Parts: sequence; structure tokens; C-alpha cells
Amino acid sequence: MLIRIFASTALYFMFCAAAFSARAADEVPPLPHQEWSFDGVFGTYDRASAQRGFQVYKEVCSACHPVKHLYFRDLADLGYSDDEVKAIAASYQVTNEQPNDQGEMYQRPGRPSDPIPGPFPNDQAARVANNGALPPDLSTIVKARDGGPDYVYGLLTGYKEPPPGFNMLQGMQYDVYFPGHQIAMPPPLSDGAVTFADGTPATVPQMAHDVVTFLTWAAEPNLEPRHRTGFKVFLFLVVVAGLFYAAKRKIWAAAH
Amino acid sequence: MADTSPGAGSRIIRWIDYRLPFVAMLQHELYEYPTPRNLSYWWNFGSLSGIMLVVMIVTGIFLAMQYTPHADLAFDSVERIMRDVDYGWLLRYAHMNGASMFFALVYIHLFRGLYYGSYKQPRELLWILGVIILILMIMTAFMGYVLPWGQMSYWAATVITNLFSAIPLVGQGIVTFLWGGFTVGNPTLNRFYALHYLLPFVIVAVVMLHLIALHRFGSNNPLGIDMKGPQDTLPFHPYFTIKDLFGLAVFLLVYSFFVFYAPNFLASSDNYIPANPMQTPNHIVPEWYLLPYYAILRSVPNKLLGVILAFGSIFLLFVVPWLDTSPVRSARFRPIYKWVFWLLVVDVIALGWVGANPPEGLVVTVGQIATLYYFVHFVILFPLLGKLERPRPLPLSIATAVLQGGGGAQLGRAGAPIARP
Repeated sequence: MLIRIFASTALYFMFCAAAFSARAADEVPPLPHQEWSFDGVFGTYDRASAQRGFQVYKEVCSACHPVKHLYFRDLADLGYSDDEVKAIAASYQVTNEQPNDQGEMYQRPGRPSDPIPGPFPNDQAARVANNGALPPDLSTIVKARDGGPDYVYGLLTGYKEPPPGFNMLQGMQYDVYFPGHQIAMPPPLSDGAVTFADGTPATVPQMAHDVVTFLTWAAEPNLEPRHRTGFKVFLFLVVVAGLFYAAKRKIWAAAH
Repeated sequence: MADTSPGAGSRIIRWIDYRLPFVAMLQHELYEYPTPRNLSYWWNFGSLSGIMLVVMIVTGIFLAMQYTPHADLAFDSVERIMRDVDYGWLLRYAHMNGASMFFALVYIHLFRGLYYGSYKQPRELLWILGVIILILMIMTAFMGYVLPWGQMSYWAATVITNLFSAIPLVGQGIVTFLWGGFTVGNPTLNRFYALHYLLPFVIVAVVMLHLIALHRFGSNNPLGIDMKGPQDTLPFHPYFTIKDLFGLAVFLLVYSFFVFYAPNFLASSDNYIPANPMQTPNHIVPEWYLLPYYAILRSVPNKLLGVILAFGSIFLLFVVPWLDTSPVRSARFRPIYKWVFWLLVVDVIALGWVGANPPEGLVVTVGQIATLYYFVHFVILFPLLGKLERPRPLPLSIATAVLQGGGGAQLGRAGAPIARP
């Protein structure tokens, strides 16, 4: 409640900034809002969902998209044990940072301290493999798009037949939520594209929800400590503000 | 009073103070300092701005220890701060939202000055120093925004530096000089980093001058009349220290809301995409606190004139003390100005809205009307109102007005001129 009051005050206060989100949307419908585990003051990441999301990323998205800012060690945050993290890392071949004693770069199994390698050695190679389009890095994608998780979810589930008379370019797909509606990425998800170990049915909305949970964590891995610290700071400040107010009343009592 | 400060009796302090009267100065300026007893909470925003400046410098210095000012590494180093540096996310979000908070505080402080005529004789220099601080803040904020080297950083740097190309003959040369190359690039990032680190300390110096000028005549007050004696004042401590502290706690709640629960609300999502010189974002918009100037810039079809008006909208503030010819400071006693003031507030918010939206249709019209009004307000209405308006009678003194429940208002002479020293 208190937070809501501050939110609305602050919103009013900054109301001209609100127009920011009014990025000219050429008749893009409003994004459907999903219930996210990380929403709200006490929001945390649903670990099971994020792990399933990592599986979707690994088996589907990572064919084209890197997560440049993630390291294998970061996965421990998602509830994987140290051994599981080591096993995941070892299942990748990574190029060692330094050459060997012959001066040659070489491949070795990944270690937790390695960044998760992307599918392409460089952006040019990625473009060549994707009809000239560059698949963006996904480790900040949720923060890098207006609408955040709802937008990414909308995009993944928004593939439709183009409306009659809509002029599609060669090799492009129609997506309801993509700005301009023409997206180079073919529909990435299809029912049953992955098999979840926990038996969750792999429907497109389910996979989209899970992978967005994973990607939100990837973009904002410190959300949970941020929420926890924020709550403590709020409690502290409310008490302190009350004390200062009482002291102020007392000090000023004689001055009026 | 002299013996009430903590440690005033200490021999060491007295030994030092005899040679370097620093404690005596603090005693005089932060303790006894006579302050009008009727200051409202609108007078909290000056000290809050000062505290915010310190917060920005402290978080900034710690960020600088982790940041890499290189076009190829800057974006990744900011992400590294967010992910791997202990409490790096807190430092960065506090700094990033702190800039917004700093501007919000300073803008409220500025509008408070406009409402209560705080810029009038004898506080003209105090006001001018404040405008200088605002200009330095804008420069610092702009260069700081470039440092994460995201898409909006890069393109904001390109658009703003390109403004100088509007200058006839030498414009393009100046732009190349600012860039340190033929496009925004690594040399630009490096010099912006150096200046972003330097300017806050220049701001500190100007803030000191601002405080010296403030303490010469003391604060203005909601009645806009001079302090005439001890009955009109209260010592700064404890009356205003506690009031400022309470205000600080409330402000920190608002600030914390943004830092912990909406850290990217005021930011542009495009800035989480690494800078790409080959791809222009759909809409290049500055941070909210620069939107009104941006709106003025875009409202004029001629580039040079647009640049002149956008810069002019700030530089105009320097001459406000002489544009306003009314002898009465506080809008409380100015029946017409009271309303005109709020018209300016609406006008500036309208300019902010215009600046945030693509310049099409209604936005352009509103932008042009709002730009016109902004200048009409200061250049025409200010001098005119001083002549046309009949101010309401001023109270005889702060004490009579405050201690008798405002009943002193009838005692004063209509529009009594402020006594010249």
C-alpha cells in the first residue's frame, strides 16, 4: 500500500517521463500481461521455470543467439548444484583464451569460470548464416526492449498469418508484436520442440513463459537481492522518517 | 550561543580555532545562522540537492573504479558492474536514477525560486550561480549518459554534438574538434569520461559560491519580505536541521522506490543495446530532464534558430532578476503572477511531453505554442506584470504574519518596495 502511494506520487511527479514509453507503435496491439514470478516487491525467479527456460534456450535459441554476458558459474543461481554446473560446462567445447605452447588456439571442455560460448565466432559469421540478419545477444534482451518480459513473450507467441493484402518481404515472417510486423526470425517454438525432464507439457506458451523467465534472470540476475535490500531499506526509512517527524514536532512545538 | 556547540570547550578545538577559525565558521553558518522562521517545505530542496550531489560523486567514484572508458569495452564493463561487482547493481542504479532525482530536486528548487521571487535584489548573484550550476549539471548528465556506450548513448552524443554544426562557417570544424575524429568514437568517449569526472567538482565549487551568496542575506521566505530582527528568525540548528532531515528521509523513500523497484523506468531500453554506428534507433530521445529543451529545439524549422532558442531558454534565466520588474517577491501577494506562474509550469510539462513524442501532427503544434509561450512568459509578461499588477498589501514583518496567524497582512502598505541596502 505504502509503496503504491509512493509509486503514484513518483509517477505523478515524473509524469512527463511517462510519455517515454509511447514509442510510436504502428498499430501494434497492447501486450498481453503475463503473471511473472519476479513481478512485485517480493518477486523472485521461479527456479523450475528458469531451469526449463535454460533448457529451451540451450536446445532452441542457442542455435542462433548468444548470451554474451553469462558465465556457466552464473547458472548456480538457478538452483543447479556445483556438479551440475560443471557437467553443463563440460558439455560445451570452448576455445581457450590463451594459445597453447605451440602458439595455437585450441578447444577444450568448458569450465564453470568460462563464458557460455555463442553459436558463431563473430557477428559477420552470424549474419552470413542468417540471411544477413544478426540474431541479437539475449543476455540483455529483456531490458533492451520496451515492454520487457511481456514483449519477448508476445513476440515468441505472436507469429500469425499476415492479414490479407499485407505486403511481406521475401524470407520474412509476420509477428503481431514485432515493430513493423516483419521479422527475419522464423517461428522458433513449436509444440513439443523440447522434452522437459519434470514432465511439464512443452506447449508454445509454456516454453515461451519459461524461456522469458530464464532471459529475465539473464538480464537482471541481481533482482532478488535488489528486492530484498529494497524492502529492508524501506522499513528503515519509514521508521527513520517517523522518528525525524516526531523530533521535528517536538523541537518546533515552542517556536509557533 | 558560542558555548553550546559540541566540543566548543575543548582546548584543542580552541587552539585550532584561534589559528584557523573553521569550527567557528561552521558554528556561525550551520548552527546560529539566522533563518526565517516561516520557511515551508519548499525550502528543503536546496539542501536535498546538495546531498544528492554528494551521493552522485560518491557512487560515481566507485563506479569509475570498475568502468572501462573504451568504445569496445565500455558496454561490457557496465554489464560487468551490474553482474559481478559486489553491490555493483546498487551503485549503478543509484547513480543512474540519482541523476534523475538530482534534476527533479533542482527543478523544484528552481521553480520555488520563481514562485517566491528568490532571485530579486539582493539575491541576483545567488540566482545566477544557481543557473550556472544547472548548466554544468546538464553538461555533466549528458556526458555521463554517453559512458555506458549503448545505442541511445551513442546517438544522443551524435545528435547533441551535431547541434554545433549549425554555427555558420566554423560549425563543422567545431564538431570534428569535439569528437576528436570524423565521427563519434573512442576519442569522444574518452574525453567525455574525463570531463564527466571533472565537472562535478566544478559544480561543488560553484555550490560553495552559491552558499556564500546565500548566507550573505539569508534565505528568502514564503512571504518574500526581509528579516527585520531576531523575532523573525530561528537558529538553523536544531530547527532547520531536523526539518531538512525529515525531508531527506521522505525524499530517500522516493529515490529508493526507483532504485530498488523501478530502476529502469526512467531509462531508455535502447541503451541496453550496445552502440551501433550503422543502425539509428527509431526515436532518439534524451532523458526526461532534457525533454523541454529538446522540444524547443525541434519546434523551430530552422536548425540554427532552434539551437539558439534551446540554449537561449536556459541562458534567459540569467537575466530573470532584471526582466521581473515587480518590487514584490512572493507570488502570494501578486494576484496575477500567481496564476501566470502555474501557466509556466504547465507550459514546461507540455514541452516535456512534446519532446518525448515523435514530431508529428498535434505534437508539433503544441510544441510551437509552448515554445512561444515560454519566451513570452519571461520576455514580455515578466516586465509587463511588474507595471500592470497591483500587489496585495505586504505584512509588516515575518513575526507579525506568522505569530498572529497571518493577521498582519492588513498592516502593510500596498506593494511596499523592498528596502534597498
